[in-house]
Amino acid sequence: MTATVTPQRSGAVSDGNDSFGSLLHAEWTKFRTVRGWVIAMVVAAALTAAVGLYAASGPQTGCQPVGRRGPIGPPAPCKPSNPVGPDGEAVSDSYYFVHRALRGNGGITVRVTSLTGRTSPAGGGIAPGPNPEQNFTRGIQPWAKAGILVTASTRPGSAYAAVMVTGAHGVRMQYDYTGDTPGLPGAVSAASPRWLRLVRSGDTLTGYDSADGAHWTQVGTVSLAGLPATVQAGPFVTSPAWVRASNSGPTVATAVFDRLSVPAAPPSDGWRGAAIGTGPQGSSLPGRFHAAGGAFTVTGSGDIAPAGPGPTNIGEPADDGFVGAFAGLIVVIVVGAMFITAEFRRGLIRTTFAAAPGRGRVLAAKAAVVGSVTFVAGLIGAAPVIPVGASLLRGHGNYVFPMSALTEVRLVAGIAALLAVSAVLALAAGTILRHAAGAITAVVALTVVVYFFSVPLAVLPAGAADWLLRVTPAAGFAIQQYVPAYPQVNNAYTPQHGYYPLAPWAGFGVLCLWTALALWLAAALLRRRDA
Amino acid sequence: MSEALHAEWTKLRTLPATWWLLLGVVAATVIIGATVSASVSCTPAAACHADVTKLSLTGTYLGQAAIAIVAVLAVSGEYATGMIATTLAAMPRRTTVLAAKAGVVTAVTLAAGLPAVLGSVLAGRLILPGHGYASANGYPALSLASGTVLRAAAGTVLYLALIALLSLGVATAIRDSAVAIGAVLGLLYLFPILAQVAGNPGVARQLQQIGPMTAGLQIQASTGLRSLPIGPWAGLGVAAAWAAAALAAGALALCRRDA
Repeated sequence: MTATVTPQRSGAVSDGNDSFGSLLHAEWTKFRTVRGWVIAMVVAAALTAAVGLYAASGPQTGCQPVGRRGPIGPPAPCKPSNPVGPDGEAVSDSYYFVHRALRGNGGITVRVTSLTGRTSPAGGGIAPGPNPEQNFTRGIQPWAKAGILVTASTRPGSAYAAVMVTGAHGVRMQYDYTGDTPGLPGAVSAASPRWLRLVRSGDTLTGYDSADGAHWTQVGTVSLAGLPATVQAGPFVTSPAWVRASNSGPTVATAVFDRLSVPAAPPSDGWRGAAIGTGPQGSSLPGRFHAAGGAFTVTGSGDIAPAGPGPTNIGEPADDGFVGAFAGLIVVIVVGAMFITAEFRRGLIRTTFAAAPGRGRVLAAKAAVVGSVTFVAGLIGAAPVIPVGASLLRGHGNYVFPMSALTEVRLVAGIAALLAVSAVLALAAGTILRHAAGAITAVVALTVVVYFFSVPLAVLPAGAADWLLRVTPAAGFAIQQYVPAYPQVNNAYTPQHGYYPLAPWAGFGVLCLWTALALWLAAALLRRRDA
Repeated sequence: MSEALHAEWTKLRTLPATWWLLLGVVAATVIIGATVSASVSCTPAAACHADVTKLSLTGTYLGQAAIAIVAVLAVSGEYATGMIATTLAAMPRRTTVLAAKAGVVTAVTLAAGLPAVLGSVLAGRLILPGHGYASANGYPALSLASGTVLRAAAGTVLYLALIALLSLGVATAIRDSAVAIGAVLGLLYLFPILAQVAGNPGVARQLQQIGPMTAGLQIQASTGLRSLPIGPWAGLGVAAAWAAAALAAGALALCRRDA
């Protein structure tokens, strides 16, 4: 990135004295000849990398048993707990499946007459012994699912499409873990059953629902590329762990299916019941099924959904390593503010303005120089954190959520941009206040301290913490999130687990907006005030 | 020494920024404490297990930043204007100068910290019963007659004084106000953020035990004392050790260097 600065310098020499290039050249000279600032940028990059890798280096929780005073005993090796879905994302894929082969094109239809659930008690959980559900209480998980499913194979993480009734969200058609389309609303009961139909035609699967088995409505359609000629199809039931403040723990759901109709098939293709996959420890229970008089009673537990960090899913978000950016952030805020307050203090600002009377342009040149230098330092500091940190975490037996190369680039560039824009915000604050200590404290308070109040301190109610992370410059930390939140998944989507109230670029946009407003105010004050 | 104290007091009180910042300490501490007290709720149906003493004093987390600026500017301001040369010419014993500064800064911190803490406890006493934290639910109104509340309140005032001394020491060693305030804010706020993200609970606990803020503010805890990373008074001792180390480093630098 030094290349972006160098041409400006050479351009500056050839252009006239008044050009923006010569201003950039002048500001760059001021920056690089103050040894402390150059050292500070090296320190910022080193802190970002070193603190990030330190956070990843200790023997982490993973599957290590933890007591009140810290870890108990050596860390146990932790198997990767999440299957990988068709798009390379981590998924949950555990359910009870009553299935048979479906050759070629065809449809499968079923009626669901009942969906009930039981949930683990507050503070309790799975009982030891032959009846693990003995302490459970009645209650259906809102995202418990019962319906018909067509999947490429019963291997967890396979491509699939399903149409289902849910505990509290009506009929849905879901596919490939992240897709979700609503159908008929309302709960299912014997008085108000739901008919479901899933039709395969080539790679295309279409889901239908009906309240009476006569009038059908299309819920959705999806194309699953590369679906084999023979697929597995049949009724399924699953019920995700409930994540609530008062009670988090596994749940089970039981559904009654009848009027099952499938294309004719050889007798060898009989119905087989199987518990598919097993979720992370403690989040699901084995299921069962029972056939009587043309009706199937199926019990299942688990979830078919995208997986993410949260109370019911073990694993480290790899971006935890960016904690080092907080240390780097304070350093670049100090440098950004000093880049202008030092001139006020030493009177150099009068020389600067005598040489370049366009005060707004001087501020723009300063912002460009401090922003570019910080961006480069941030890139150097952030680049090693994800690949090295993730391998350190895995080396200690932890599971790390996967991310694509493109996401990795976005995270590294995002952290560098976060540091750069924060440095420019500090420059603007320094121009407005003309006082380094005040400007630095203001910007640190609006970024690091707001984050501290919203996330680690955790005394604010969730609404207030979310609000702070939407409207203050601390919204920019959303750039660190890379596991998306999904409305159709019950999870604790809190900043503590790495989810922010704003989308990554939207949050970064809020920080940029603050910086733009501060720069505008700084330029206006710079023109009005004596130097 | 009394002349030195008088001189430092004159320098500190004639800066308008000092009074604005001290007002800011009281306002920030009380307003945040009252807001957090007003945001909790405890109903007979839902379990309520908040540490209300600690909650009512939440404002300390922000108020200390203003204290840090006052203390940093008490030293760095003189280096910025060159006043330090005059000060040292008038009072050649440099440890006396530092001791006088420490005395004056501690005094104004105590003077601002006392109303800030009393205001926060009073706000909690008035607000919390309206949110279910009442005697009926086993939460008597906050009162300084309770030993735990008195320990938390008095300890918080002492903590603020220790943060002022820590900042003064750091500023004396570093001299530049910008770098000094950055260093102090980093020392205060980075430990809890690191502890939050450190996946290993053992590492997180160690970080909380050594950080000046994470250890020092355990003095506010009134429930669950057994599960604290460090005991209340031991935690305040850690903050005191940081303050002593910073002052020692500052004194050493002041005595060895040219002004």
